[in-house]
Amino acid sequence: MTSALLQVVWSPGSDHLTGVCHCGAEYRADGPVEVWQWLLAHPDHEASIEAGID
Amino acid sequence: MVFPRNQWYVAAYGEEVGEELLARTICGEPIVFYRTGAGDAVALADRCVHRRFPLSEGHRDGDRLVCGYHGFTYEPDGRCVAVPAQTRIPRTARVPVYPVVEQDSLVWVWIGDGDADPAAIPRAPWLDAEGWVVVRGMEPLEARYELLVDNLMDLSHETYLHGGYIGTPEVAETPITTSVDEEAGVVRVSRRMKDVECPPFYANSTGIKGRIDRWQDIEYQPPCLYLLHSRIAPAGLEPAPDGDDSAAFHAEIVYGITPSTETTTFDFWMVARDFALDDPEVTTYLAESNRTVVMQDVVALNLLEKVIATEPEGYQELSINIDTGGLAARRLLQRMTDES
Repeated sequence: MTSALLQVVWSPGSDHLTGVCHCGAEYRADGPVEVWQWLLAHPDHEASIEAGID
Repeated sequence: MVFPRNQWYVAAYGEEVGEELLARTICGEPIVFYRTGAGDAVALADRCVHRRFPLSEGHRDGDRLVCGYHGFTYEPDGRCVAVPAQTRIPRTARVPVYPVVEQDSLVWVWIGDGDADPAAIPRAPWLDAEGWVVVRGMEPLEARYELLVDNLMDLSHETYLHGGYIGTPEVAETPITTSVDEEAGVVRVSRRMKDVECPPFYANSTGIKGRIDRWQDIEYQPPCLYLLHSRIAPAGLEPAPDGDDSAAFHAEIVYGITPSTETTTFDFWMVARDFALDDPEVTTYLAESNRTVVMQDVVALNLLEKVIATEPEGYQELSINIDTGGLAARRLLQRMTDES
């Protein structure tokens, strides 16, 4: 059974947030609105895994 | 109304419910609380079925409530058993009864329909446990409950609003980790600070002279219960490998966030500690200091509510990284409201 845990980590030393979906996909975002939109798009965010900012 | 229904809310502290009639509007519903001779807390709709007179303005006849207007008399189960000048009791003469549970020193009331399952009430065991001392109070807030949720989910404001009490520069500067358990409906926001300044609130209560490691682990169980697990330890003091952390100081900061009306809130605040248990001076200091901190929030949030009342609909706020947990809480609250 998959966990329903969504996590957002504030990357040390940066202004970026990293969203971690319960499916394991990750995404880096500039702000909380963007990161929640991405997380809540599951499962449709799979193609966006690499689309986050660097 | 904009409240999640079919939920448990903190209605009162156990000692507030007694012989006297306690009137409290919760989620827009006027309720009268009292305790029966057997010691059970009772919650009835605070309106007589006859002409809507508040029953809290009446008096007790044993376990019964007598309306102060025309004498309609109600049992604790809401049944009317006496009306003036006639023996026939109308079939519809009954006031709604609210399910009530006392747990962890709090009186919880169920607002809504459906299954009022006591097992769904979130726990705050430190409030009524051996090895902990608790100070607490309740401040009525002239602001919507969402503003208090926002406030508590983002502790960065401690640095600015509560400087000299619980705020130090590091609080606003330390990044946070946020998680949402979608199944349990819990938001957690964690901020771990190493080798930082000890704010007076903790320096004066723990006796720590130097710098500290300070953990702030928020656990919000919407809509009503907010827990802040606060760990304070001399810098570098880690929990033991087996998890034993008894050398550190722990404070469990608990809030019952109970909507009263659309723009007013009951702000139940509690601080439980596992140190200086026999020191009344620490108890007095924490009670006074924490009330000061709470009142700083109350003043700010009351002001915010006035601002909101003057602004045009659809005002767009700006959210930044520190709001990650607050946005998660808002979403869960909206989901609960939509489902109820």
